[in-house]
Amino acid sequence: MSSAISSEDSIQISARPRRWHILVFLLPAFIVYSAVMILPLIETLRLSLFNTVDGQSTFVGLANFQVLFGDERWAADFWRALKNNFIFFTIHMLVQNPLGIALAAMLSIPKLRLAAFYRTAIFLPTVLSFVIVGFIWKLILSPIWGITPFFMDLVGLKAFFGPWLGKPGSALITVSLISVWQNVGIPMMLIYAALLNIPDEVIEAAECDGITGWSQFWKIKLPLILPAIGMVSILTFVGNFNAFDLIYTVQGALAGPDGATDILGTLLYRTFFGFQLQLGDRSMGATIATVMFLIILAGVSLYLFGIQRRVRRYQF
Amino acid sequence: MSKARMSPLRSGFVHLALAAYTVIALFPVVLTIMNSLKDKNAIFRTPLALPTVETFSLIGYTTVLKQGDFIGYFQNSLIVTVVSIFFALLFGAMAAFALSEYRFRGNTLLGLYLAIGIMIPIRLGTVAILQGMVAAGLVNTLTALILVYTAQGLPLAIFILSEFMRTVSDDLKNAGRIDGLSEYAIFFRLVLPLVRPAMATVAVFTMIPIWNDLWFPLILAPGEATKTVTLGSQVFIGQFVTNWNAVLAALSLAIFPVLILYVIFSRQLIRGITAGAVK
Repeated sequence: MSSAISSEDSIQISARPRRWHILVFLLPAFIVYSAVMILPLIETLRLSLFNTVDGQSTFVGLANFQVLFGDERWAADFWRALKNNFIFFTIHMLVQNPLGIALAAMLSIPKLRLAAFYRTAIFLPTVLSFVIVGFIWKLILSPIWGITPFFMDLVGLKAFFGPWLGKPGSALITVSLISVWQNVGIPMMLIYAALLNIPDEVIEAAECDGITGWSQFWKIKLPLILPAIGMVSILTFVGNFNAFDLIYTVQGALAGPDGATDILGTLLYRTFFGFQLQLGDRSMGATIATVMFLIILAGVSLYLFGIQRRVRRYQF
Repeated sequence: MSKARMSPLRSGFVHLALAAYTVIALFPVVLTIMNSLKDKNAIFRTPLALPTVETFSLIGYTTVLKQGDFIGYFQNSLIVTVVSIFFALLFGAMAAFALSEYRFRGNTLLGLYLAIGIMIPIRLGTVAILQGMVAAGLVNTLTALILVYTAQGLPLAIFILSEFMRTVSDDLKNAGRIDGLSEYAIFFRLVLPLVRPAMATVAVFTMIPIWNDLWFPLILAPGEATKTVTLGSQVFIGQFVTNWNAVLAALSLAIFPVLILYVIFSRQLIRGITAGAVK
């Protein structure tokens, strides 16, 4: 068991034939993964440094990025998409994750009746596709059907109803909240798991010291689930900066109204694939994909090297 | 277990809060299915009522099944999902076995390389993936989707399965070796059956994003013959925006298979998340 494929210094090895089976076990996964995932990723990063000049693919250095960040045809769209993406992410962090933590905290109360039912029901939207979720909410929020005004009337807020998805000021928040509705199951489950992993002795010791209820949650449980909260945050980050489906379904490829819900994913789609009058542009598509890659890479690195290592883990 | 008992008042509040959120989570889905079974007048006049004898109507479903090739879409989704999961699990388990069982030069590095895909989404390589698929003549084929989804599923499969394979007893494998089993037989006959629960968990995890994906079907296989259910309903509903019966029926048709699978597998899924996800 303790030998290397091609190590010359080990005496064990010389007695053994080359272990071809290791290669056989590894090769299929390695080939598919490299050919369909890693190489295209590298090729996309490379393409972002090239552009078509006189019908020929030419190395242009960082010119594509200069165009994306500074050229008047691109910069406005790009910065708006980036800003919207940060708002999209912020709403998830402010609404989805605290809500998930609250739900998990309630679900993890010992001997709570119906906990399994609540858990299963609240997680259901997470397994539905963005397409289903997007259309359902489009119908529910539609002024034509009148479901939302009806409910707002019940609580006396009918005057505040508006076609939220159609107004530039509220569309992004509305879409973000739909996404929160769908995805809240993920933080809920991960935090729930972390809460269940806290040993009973810790809780009992806290109770002996008279720490119960709210203060028990804030002082004992929350510090113990910080690693899980960190993981939920990075999953939210990666998911949000890679999002596309929901906005495409609800607001179309133009991410209307007037680009108010345009995020990097929809911008990438329009740029690379083209839409209506806009022609597809491979180089600029690759450039946007590269920017998304760098943002996600920065977030993941920050998490792996900055946060995850510093969060204190308690070994039980 | 916690000894301090909750006061009935507090437990009442907890139930109220959880029940309220459960309603928020289920209401949109229930509303859609409920109204898909009504005629047009009832959809608008009494959207919150259950279908009655007078208002019951399947007109939406007949329109959908006549106009769109939903059976075909289902078939495509099913083929793509099942075949991708099969390969992701098979290749993933093989690689996980090699990584967890043998020590060889570059083991850790290879493990890290294969883990990149857990965090970096495969979508970012779309530009070059499409180029590659065009060059290989695979555009508008299910093979293109299967390749992409297999690659997408591999990193997590390898990561989770190798954790589990480390727990398989060495004595068992060595006993197999002494009995003259080849390494392949040890993998397929001894180790694979033992990690079956983990495989099921990975399968459920992998299945949801594949079944629900819109991006790759839209870009790699938008043709009528290769549409998946997610893309099919997206396009279909987009065309029928004003026919509410058809839209609600199409949505319900897209929900049913997921709902049924969820009811069957929710235990597995939730146990998988709560057992292995937080390390």
